Amino acid sequence: MSPATSPQTLYDKLWTSHVVSEDRDENGDTTALIYIDRQMLHEVSSPQGFEGLRARGLAVRRADTQLAVADHAVPTRHRDQPIADPLAREQVALLERNTTATGLRYIPLNDGRHGIVHVIGPEQGFTLPGITLVCGDSHTSTHGAFGALAFGIGASEVECVLATQTLRQRRARNLRVRVSGTLAAGVTAKDVILAVIGRLGASGAVGHTLEFCGDTIEAMTMAERMTVCNMSIEAGARSGLIAPDERTYAWLEGRPMAPRGAQWEQALDYWRTLHSDADATFDRSLDIDAATLAPQVTWGTSPDQVLAIDGRVPDPAAAPDEAAARKIARALDYMGLSAGTALQDVAIDHVFIGSCTNSRIEDLRAAAAQLQGRRKAAHVKALVVPGSAQVARQAEVEGLERLFTAAGFEWRAPACSLCVAMNDDRLLPGERCASTSNRNFEGRQGVGARTHLMSPAMAAESAIAGYLADPRTEA
Amino acid sequence: MQPFTTLHSVAAPMPDADIDTDIIFPGRFLVLTQKAGLGPYAFYEKRFDDQGRERPDFVLHRPRWRNAAILVAGANFGCGSSREQAPWALADLGLRCIIAPGFGEIFQANCLNNGLLPIRLAAPEHARVMAAAQAGQVLTVDLAASTITLADGGLIRFDIAERARQALLEGRDEIERIRQDAGPAITAFEVQQRQRQPWLYAAD
Repeated sequence: MSPATSPQTLYDKLWTSHVVSEDRDENGDTTALIYIDRQMLHEVSSPQGFEGLRARGLAVRRADTQLAVADHAVPTRHRDQPIADPLAREQVALLERNTTATGLRYIPLNDGRHGIVHVIGPEQGFTLPGITLVCGDSHTSTHGAFGALAFGIGASEVECVLATQTLRQRRARNLRVRVSGTLAAGVTAKDVILAVIGRLGASGAVGHTLEFCGDTIEAMTMAERMTVCNMSIEAGARSGLIAPDERTYAWLEGRPMAPRGAQWEQALDYWRTLHSDADATFDRSLDIDAATLAPQVTWGTSPDQVLAIDGRVPDPAAAPDEAAARKIARALDYMGLSAGTALQDVAIDHVFIGSCTNSRIEDLRAAAAQLQGRRKAAHVKALVVPGSAQVARQAEVEGLERLFTAAGFEWRAPACSLCVAMNDDRLLPGERCASTSNRNFEGRQGVGARTHLMSPAMAAESAIAGYLADPRTEA
Repeated sequence: MQPFTTLHSVAAPMPDADIDTDIIFPGRFLVLTQKAGLGPYAFYEKRFDDQGRERPDFVLHRPRWRNAAILVAGANFGCGSSREQAPWALADLGLRCIIAPGFGEIFQANCLNNGLLPIRLAAPEHARVMAAAQAGQVLTVDLAASTITLADGGLIRFDIAERARQALLEGRDEIERIRQDAGPAITAFEVQQRQRQPWLYAAD
């Protein structure tokens, strides 16, 4: 059999089609210089790269492949006024200056296309199947939902892409995650990915690219697929992939930056080849029975510390070894939880619905549907931060904004907000948040703040209960 | 980039697993746009109390390890966010080498791009190095030989990708390297890709 006809995974195809030059070392590992088709830039991980480029006297190699937007340090209130925090104001202004000076596309804060990088890339049709896409942000794996090889990089690599349009990368191994069966009512894409992370562990997929497949994934909307791929990095995988299909193409067609006319047809012909061949070999695989999944919630300080909502806080004494016991004990100490507590007895102070994981229109619809006209618990402070101006407009058209505000939620302007707590949306020490974001790390939502990750439906139900709550529970 | 050849230093032990880059460099300091001088923010919550006073029990504040250039960390060190502020801050503290059973992949790449050597060791070797670190021993890391020498003369070999090893030894800059070596290959790739996938060049 010739190499050209040997079966390939989707990742193999994406990798092979972007190799500029390849080396194999004595351990059998392959590294290659790979071509980068698209880069998204934001205010946190790009200024150092622009500075480096200036110091080297280099130009941006292909300005047309770059798209910049500020999202991390951007406030979610008073967007008609200058940013109050002088450092954040300067950081955003610097992105604008850098992109203007180099002739890159920049979407300003009050533009109708503004939003979180990983929400607007797909919205604008900047994200396409078959491409390599990078961003100085670990949740770049989101774009893998379109069959793009997309991964987060550091600021030095951002500079390298600006200057050379390439990166040297080690070829990853293939890990197939096959999800089969029908999700029960109240169980969502977020619950699927949290369960996958729980099975793999926070470092379980280091060195691998995840490919999500199976009928459960095929039945998912693009928003759900983005939620799944978004959190690949929380299992250690830089990229998550889903093969593009008719749903992908229908979603992309007509988007502002997607190809048109004859080029659209030509692209479709190519995109239809982007799937793992039937007999392709995966280095590892994990099978998940979707029908058995319950809504998931994290109890600790790592996304793999996750349980079904009807579970209880684990006991370090029951851990398999000393290292595992230490990890649990450290998490319980930070989270202010005692072993054996029922998760639904954990009272919350805040609810956050937003982030590149769960801020799309489908997420807001799910949360609003869960509210069913009920009001949040009096002591809970609840925020909804749409992922983009486009999502916000659509939600307003559908009346979701009014549903949320009637339920006592604050309706904010698009940004990363409480997922990274770089702006003024921050929790106080000891405060506990039911959050649709992607990281429950120590201090992630503010110094000493405690985060429980969950789906939009569970976050809405928790807002009403004032406790971590099961979205399947009828009010 | 400062070349990395050999290093003799005490090694600070930090055995907890999953020390993520939010712990290494808390998010609220990400509004700083410079690369230099970020050491004061490294491990901020672990190092300082809410009054900004040093926590004396933090490993790098204990007299024995205050000047450590090596950190012996737990599993999955540097997982999470891609923020390169994490290795910049660690390097600014004077660290040159981190030894762990495994690393967050983006963090590992970021270390290599900043002359910081990440060494991955299997559990038994990692345990030996951790014990030596806890005992306050001076370790010798020799990148050319790919070895760690313990105070008792014990020798531990480590694996590192050859290209990364050469780049560290020479303090070589990746962007310069690519520009020198691959310019024509990149252009040739673009010519071919433009023919096969013209829609990727439509905005030119």
